[in-house]
Formats: sequence, C-alpha cells, structure tokens
Amino acid sequence: MGILDTAFLKSLWVFHLSTGSCNNCDIEILDCLTPRYDIERFGMQLVGSIKHADVLLVTGSVNRKCIPRIKRVYEQMPEPRLVVAIGECALSRGAFMHSYNCPVPLDHLLPVDVYIPGCPPKPEAIISGLVKLIEQKQSPVDEVKE
Amino acid sequence: MIYILYMFVFGFLLTAVIGLFASWIDRKLTARFQYRQGPPLLQPLYDILKLLKKETLIPFGAPKLTFLAAPLFGLIGVTVVSTVLWVNNINPQRTFMGDLIVVIYFLMVPSLSIILGGFASGNPLASLGASRELKLILGYELPFILAILVAVIHADFSIRLGDILEAQARNGAIAVSWSGGLALLIAVICMQGKLALVPFDIPEAETEIAHGVLIEYSGVLLAMYKLMKNMLLFVLPFFIIIIYMGGLRVSGLHLLYGILEYVGLVAVITVIRNTNPRLRVDQIMKFFWGPVTILAIVAVLLALGSY
Repeated sequence: MGILDTAFLKSLWVFHLSTGSCNNCDIEILDCLTPRYDIERFGMQLVGSIKHADVLLVTGSVNRKCIPRIKRVYEQMPEPRLVVAIGECALSRGAFMHSYNCPVPLDHLLPVDVYIPGCPPKPEAIISGLVKLIEQKQSPVDEVKE
Repeated sequence: MIYILYMFVFGFLLTAVIGLFASWIDRKLTARFQYRQGPPLLQPLYDILKLLKKETLIPFGAPKLTFLAAPLFGLIGVTVVSTVLWVNNINPQRTFMGDLIVVIYFLMVPSLSIILGGFASGNPLASLGASRELKLILGYELPFILAILVAVIHADFSIRLGDILEAQARNGAIAVSWSGGLALLIAVICMQGKLALVPFDIPEAETEIAHGVLIEYSGVLLAMYKLMKNMLLFVLPFFIIIIYMGGLRVSGLHLLYGILEYVGLVAVITVIRNTNPRLRVDQIMKFFWGPVTILAIVAVLLALGSY
C-alpha cells in the first residue's frame, strides 16, 4: 500500500445513481450525510459530477431504459473506481425479478465491489458496508479468513 | 536567486500547508455548526493526494491546451501573490514601487483561470458557471479596489505594500480608524466573493449546476484547482491582515496575535458561509454595486477627510 492508495481509501467521493428505485434507498443514502450518521468522518463526500467520483452508488432495479445510461456513467468515471450496489433491487431486482422491464441484475453489467442488502438498508448497514469495503481493499488477504 | 527560494518555500509550500489547514478549519467548523463530527485533520491533504492518483479525463471536443493550462495559470497566480505578500511581510524595505497593483492584478488570475477552464470544458453547465463567475468579478472588483484605496490613503498615497506596513508600524493598524474599519468590513465581504463561497457561490452552486465550472475536471487538474482554492483561503486573509492589521510579525506575542487574526478571519468566512442562503446573479450585482459600493465610497471619503 503506497501513500496514494491510503489517501484514496481515506477520501472516497461518492456519486449517487438511481436506476429506477422507489426512492427509499436514496433517502437512506442521504441519511448517511445527516448529523446522526455523519459519513464525512470517514472523508466521504457526495459529489455532483461523475468526473469527481471514486465510488458509484447504484440503487434501484436496473431497468431497460437505464442500462445504456448506467454504462455511459460508468465509462465517464476516472480510474480507480468502485461500485456499490445498495438495496434489494440493485442486488437481485427484488420484487421486479420477473418483470419484462428488468432483464438483468446489476452485477451482470458492472463489476460490483460491495452488495448492501435491505429494503431499504439502514444507514448503519450502508456505513458498515462501506467500512468493510475499505478494510477489504486495505488487506485483501482477510477475505479468505472471513 | 533568493526570490526563487522565497517563491518555493514561502510562496508555495508554506502557503499550501497553511491553506490546507485553513480548509480543515473551515470544514470542521461547518461540521460543528451542523452538530456533526467533521473530517479528520489530514482530510484536505488526503483529498489532494487521492486526486493525484486518479485518471485525468479530457472531454471530447475541448481545446486541449486551454483545458490543461487553465489550472496551472491559477496556481501560478496564487503563488506569485503569496510570494509578494511574504517578501513584504518579512522585509518591507525589499519590495518595488507599485507591488500593490501587481497583487490586485494577480489576485484576479485564479478567477480568470476558472473562467478559462469552465469555457474550455465544453459543458453547458460549466459555461453557465464561467459566465456567472465573470459577473461575480464585475460585482466585487469595484468595492474591493475602493476598500484598498482606503489603505493607500492612510499610507500617504503610496502604492507600495511596504509603505502601508510601515505606516501601520508608526501609527497603529488601519483597521482601528473609522474609515479603516469600514474598509475592512467591505474587504471581508469582497473576499467571500473572491473565494466564491456562499452566499456568492453561484459559479459552483452544487445543487443547481453540479460544481459548475469544475464539472469536467478530474484527477491532477482537479487537484490543482482544489489546491488553488485552499491557497486562496490563506492568501486573501493574509492580504487583508497586511493592508489593514499591520501584517504578521514573527516575534513572541505578535505571532500569537497574527495567528488569532488569521484564524478569526477564516472563522468569519465560515460563519458567513454557514448562515446565508445562495444569492441570485441579479441580487449579487445589486448588493455589490448598491450598498457595498456606497459604503466603500463613504470609507474613502472618511479617509480623505482625516488625511
């Protein structure tokens, strides 16, 4: 781990992409920024432009209209980049599993680094997922131990 | 040769370190205002280092040279200003006639570099932000120069920063007089505009135009812009301390006063930015060309009256 890698994990800037979610997960993500959970403690910030982002938070069942947009947004992210899937819909399409409009789950399109389940996941769960992501990137060997 | 040393050690390194620290003070205070914990001490440094590692993307159709050179111009502008200020602060005899004019000119270079970069991005939101920045400059520049004129009058119409410092060493800080206090108030308001912070953050307005001028910048170029903004957070309060409060003196109790003055100014910036809503372009123009300019003219007249 060089100093730049350490700095990378200590200041993850987050871009939030909703792919047809019911807004519950989005509200929980915004909760992470509130005084009670305060995600800025870990150096994380919500940014408005994908060019500034390190982490792509994806919520919602990935629907047909969204698929080309998700790919374009992902391509515009500068390397190194991480993808976090939040909520049951992004993980496995949830209630829309058999819908004509949701052909594939998210991880068939993008390389997902962390899955955070829940409908919606609590802010604690989101923070815990992100902290696990950071720990795993710091020492990838621990993956086997768990 | 000694000036190159000044430029690297004081103008760039020291200014960058203090600027990063000031940016931490700003973020931590903001967090405490909102009953949050706030980021750790090294967070601004981590942000810059992280951006160095990121890939730099150049948008399709953007003029490459302008896009790449704009942040460099801004960084050089800030470094030159801070070098002139440090040389003055350390040895007031050493400087040349008219360095105040040079400082005023070069203080505008960061804003110009942001405009240049914004228009070169080829993004509609960035162009919108750049044109807003242009209007902001038109707004604050007039009262800012009038406020500086007050300090010039107090120093017997000398446009050398060294003379302004020596006049203050003889007669006490300019900020203590009526005209000086008024000019200080105006300069602080204009500083908020120059830093493009709330209530004057229309060029970057995150919630409406998503970082505006910086929207297409990534990686090293974004790091340069961030560093430039952090250095401005030191250079502008330092300029105000030099022309209204007698400069930073590095000896015993005076050093403590200097640090208190500086941290106080940063805290004032943070308080203003956390207790105000964002203004529209027309409101900003009315505000700067109306009450602020009138107050600045009153300050100049007061200074002339007591001269």
